[in-house]
Amino acid sequence: MADISDNKFTLNFGPQHPAAHGVLRLVLHLDGEVVERVDPHIGLLHRGTEKLMEARTYLQIIPYFDRLDYVSPMSQEHVLCLALERMIGLDVPLRGSLIRVLFLEMTRILNHLLNVGSVILDVGALSPPLWGYEEREKLMQFYEAASGARLHANYFRPGGVRQDLPEGLVEEIYAWTDHFPRVLDDIEGMVTHNRIFMQRNVDIGAVTKEQALDWGFTGVMLRGSGVPWDLRKSQPYECYPDLEFDIAVGKNGDCWDRYLCRMEEMRQSVRIMRQCCERLGTVKGPTLNENNKVTPPKRGDMKRSMESLIHHFKLFSEGFHVPAGEVYAAAEAPKGEFGVYLVSDGSSRPYRVKIASPGFKHLQGMDVMTRGHMVADVSAILGTLDIVFGEIDR
Amino acid sequence: MIWTSDPAAMQALGEEARAAHPQAVTGFTIAFGDLALDVLAKEVRTVLLWLRDHGRFQQLVDIAGADYPQRPLRFDVVYHLLSLTRNLRVRIKVQTDEDTPVPSVISVYSNAEWFEREAFDLYGVVFGDHPDLRRILTDYGFQGHPLRKDFPLTGYTQVRWNDELKRVVYEPVALEQEWRTWDFESPWEGADYLLPGDEKGKDVPGWG
Repeated sequence: MADISDNKFTLNFGPQHPAAHGVLRLVLHLDGEVVERVDPHIGLLHRGTEKLMEARTYLQIIPYFDRLDYVSPMSQEHVLCLALERMIGLDVPLRGSLIRVLFLEMTRILNHLLNVGSVILDVGALSPPLWGYEEREKLMQFYEAASGARLHANYFRPGGVRQDLPEGLVEEIYAWTDHFPRVLDDIEGMVTHNRIFMQRNVDIGAVTKEQALDWGFTGVMLRGSGVPWDLRKSQPYECYPDLEFDIAVGKNGDCWDRYLCRMEEMRQSVRIMRQCCERLGTVKGPTLNENNKVTPPKRGDMKRSMESLIHHFKLFSEGFHVPAGEVYAAAEAPKGEFGVYLVSDGSSRPYRVKIASPGFKHLQGMDVMTRGHMVADVSAILGTLDIVFGEIDR
Repeated sequence: MIWTSDPAAMQALGEEARAAHPQAVTGFTIAFGDLALDVLAKEVRTVLLWLRDHGRFQQLVDIAGADYPQRPLRFDVVYHLLSLTRNLRVRIKVQTDEDTPVPSVISVYSNAEWFEREAFDLYGVVFGDHPDLRRILTDYGFQGHPLRKDFPLTGYTQVRWNDELKRVVYEPVALEQEWRTWDFESPWEGADYLLPGDEKGKDVPGWG
């Protein structure tokens, strides 16, 4: 019989726990209320996405990317499109690029609203998350207007976006960007300097610069520790070099700094969205590359042109071919650097797709972040990691 | 626009790596804007340590496995590194088979632990002196390595709730319909069979 006088025991946290942000099973080794070791058991949402993708054509695998991090679907599709564009050598027309950036930043706000909301909820406040959800609802309606789906958009294509925005949507989004900063003010006014919120977050889960680099942290987890690194600035893609925005960097690398970074990032995203909306008013033209060997022809052309009909048939049966080789493409997804390592054997199906998701690395660092903290801090740290199991378990 | 690493810096790094480790680094390629170093499996830790300390690659971004069953060394283990100060990416590729362990690089980059567990789980690549080489993504008690090319897409077992036994039961996969793949590849691209009548064309100047 084990000796119980030393106060050490093991606690199972999850897999069905509302603060576990999905199906996570944490095995906590405790000394009284102090955490000595965390052993996350992941894989409860493993769906074999990478295996499934090897059996499908490139166009058919785009929807799988929506289902990885289902809180920021378009950011994931985007990285696959970047990888394919680099291999095929495909350009994106300016209007397509602007629409992409507009929706990428919208996705960032979608993601951060949910994350900030759930962090606040995890430490005990109920109203601010609901305000966040109200705005998320509006953003999902924009998603629906553009792509036809509220969540799993399947909107980006190699070479641009599937279709142009419906009339009047840009104006609606622009009006929303006027209103949204006031919601952020409300949340910040209620939460940021709230005594309970600060006690639960300041100096909790502090990560030093060296730790953040060693554990491969990316995105807010890295910037919160004071490393000014954002792929949108340092390895730019799309039309980000032409847009004005700042990078929020934290100082202490604790949960509170990361919360502040996310709030500021949302304001910067609004700034980018406004610039995109303004430019979309004047920039007209195609939203998708017109190389019909890769992108489908217009419906109207198919009624008249035999060539277009053949292109359409071949694209949706055989799919387009990608030159043999390997590529690693990455972009700044809301959660951090989301990468795709794509191996092509020259056929119309990928030979290997490896998804390098930020959440996987962040959850791995959970052990070092949590050691020495109390059990109650586990949920605060888990919240600040911004994990979604779709991308971790794949 | 799509950003890629500076080609001159990649070329320089590739040559520098070859000069510093002539036995370990067997070659390098630059394709699609990525630098890839081919490294012998048993030397991978040395090379990664050199890249971290000398090449200032602060972060390990990813470790991916890949399966090429037609090769004697059927597995690729692919490391992606990122340097924040030089704004450079590098890919390190090593080859191994089912039995030969690859040295674990946890001592170089702490976050290699889960990546190596993942490669072990999905491909069965063994990592030497890994402290805790457990399965990570698949089910408790899972058999086999699902991302190998010879592992069927549908797997071998299926799970369901059995209402009589009042528990989850594992059964062999029973498909209502066979998994169907159609070959849509264009016959005129890549096929090298002889079409009737074409055999005469070989002798005509300007053909074939």
